[in-house]
Amino acid sequence: MRRRVLPGFGISLGYALAYLGLIVLLPLAALAWKASGIGVEGLLRLLSSPRTLAALRLSVVGAVVAALVNAVIGLLVGWVLVRYRFPGRRLFDALVDLPFALPTAVAGIALTTLYAPNGWLGQWLEPLGIKVAYTPLGVFVAMVFVGFPFVVRTLQPVLASLERDVEEAAESLGAQRWQTFFRVILPMLAPALLTGFALALARAVGEYGSVIFIAGNIPMRSEIAPLLIVQKLEQFDYAGAAALGVAMLAISFALLVLVSLLQRWSHRWQERSL
Amino acid sequence: MSAVMRSRTVAWPRRLVHVVLIALALVFLVLFLLLPLATVFVEAFRQGVAPYLEAIKQPEALSAIKLTLLVAVIAVPLNLVFGVAAAWAITRFEFPGKALLGAFIDLPFSVSPVVSGLVYVLLFGAQGWFGPWLDDHGIKIIFAVPGLVLATIFVTLPFVARELIPLMQAQGSEEEEAARVLGASGWQMFFRVTLPNIRWALLYGVLLCNARAMGEFGAVSVVSGHIRGLTTTMPLEVEMRYNEYEYVGAFAIASLLALLALLTLALKSLLEWRYGDEIAAHAPGGH
Repeated sequence: MRRRVLPGFGISLGYALAYLGLIVLLPLAALAWKASGIGVEGLLRLLSSPRTLAALRLSVVGAVVAALVNAVIGLLVGWVLVRYRFPGRRLFDALVDLPFALPTAVAGIALTTLYAPNGWLGQWLEPLGIKVAYTPLGVFVAMVFVGFPFVVRTLQPVLASLERDVEEAAESLGAQRWQTFFRVILPMLAPALLTGFALALARAVGEYGSVIFIAGNIPMRSEIAPLLIVQKLEQFDYAGAAALGVAMLAISFALLVLVSLLQRWSHRWQERSL
Repeated sequence: MSAVMRSRTVAWPRRLVHVVLIALALVFLVLFLLLPLATVFVEAFRQGVAPYLEAIKQPEALSAIKLTLLVAVIAVPLNLVFGVAAAWAITRFEFPGKALLGAFIDLPFSVSPVVSGLVYVLLFGAQGWFGPWLDDHGIKIIFAVPGLVLATIFVTLPFVARELIPLMQAQGSEEEEAARVLGASGWQMFFRVTLPNIRWALLYGVLLCNARAMGEFGAVSVVSGHIRGLTTTMPLEVEMRYNEYEYVGAFAIASLLALLALLTLALKSLLEWRYGDEIAAHAPGGH
């Protein structure tokens, strides 16, 4: 019925499919095709080289830890921005999106300057024995920076719509504030928290621009996986670059599947605790 | 009396917790977000205003600015039309594979920017699928402007569609159906009913799409070839100057990009504040 009243089904779907096919699917097919050129044996040899493994590990472990940290800090910042009133709240709320809006190369050189041994923050960390710039810690800092807005932005609408009477009920039944938080509020936030975590993770795993400046790119130590792809391309090793690209896509996909499983589990947790 | 006493003893530690939480959040926001932003401007003006202006007026800087604008002017409208078409098909009709189409639209957000550039090198580069044919016909895509445009389109493809789909889903199609029943043509319905209903969400999506298009680094870095004055956009010019230890020059260009980011944030907040209901149900993520 609706199909007959509203026009443009064929043209809008046809255009969207053609555009998506040309811009996204055809190029990804080229990636898969080129990667298959090096064969299973070649792929295994490439992926088992210590340098590749070290880079993949840094990208994945760094991104997971950064996303976890973002989940905690994002919960704090989201909570404060939604629940409390204080001067400048709107301004700070707008500031949360800065990592989305600031080009990654700009963030990269700014973070490097800030955390370099003579930088504003680096000069205070250096005497404590904490080196950030040109170390894996720097990679982690950049990954936290780019992923920060995701958790805050996914939590805010959920926090705003939380029913206060559930909390009040818990408290009138004698629950402590921290009990209310961990037993009542946190289960209600869990699905959104996991969504934010997944988005921050997906962003950080593949992050390039903000990381390469602060990383120092020391082989086996502070080299990220996307940088290896760039290096392979510079050596005209197209098949190797493609294989690494496919490996990175597979890792992102596996992580996202894992998070969606966690999400299903958290929904059950939520239902049980309500 | 006892009630007042009780409410006081409960209220004051709780207020302390509020103050501590607010302070922690603000300290983090200032140290982690505000300081990097401030660094950009302080470093850009480290040697004063004259070297800053000098750095921006260099021919390479001007050509990088022009190229960045050119890439955005092509990429953003194309993704705008795609976003409207995709949102119209997805929210107004039922067809098999709809969920899959939605997933494909989001795909570029979970692909590393480097891979987004790489796929075009594999397609159009010297050793790519169409490389030899393009070479024979004297067409250059990789290490040239078309490659920059394609990589930028790939990376920014989801922005407009992602803003429009939840909104148009929530709005439903009653008004559009009424317009049709009352005799409006397809385009009349689109320009008089659909477009006014989605205009602020559309602008919001375009704003985010444009910010990413002008600031994209990883994807364009792979396809650019870094030819000064020809294929270096502003973020690439920042990188080249920084790697050549031209810090004032690098931060001068970076400061222009940071101003663009601030302008984007200001307009975004204005749109959210003024037309929040009409942008409504926008799903977070990926911006």
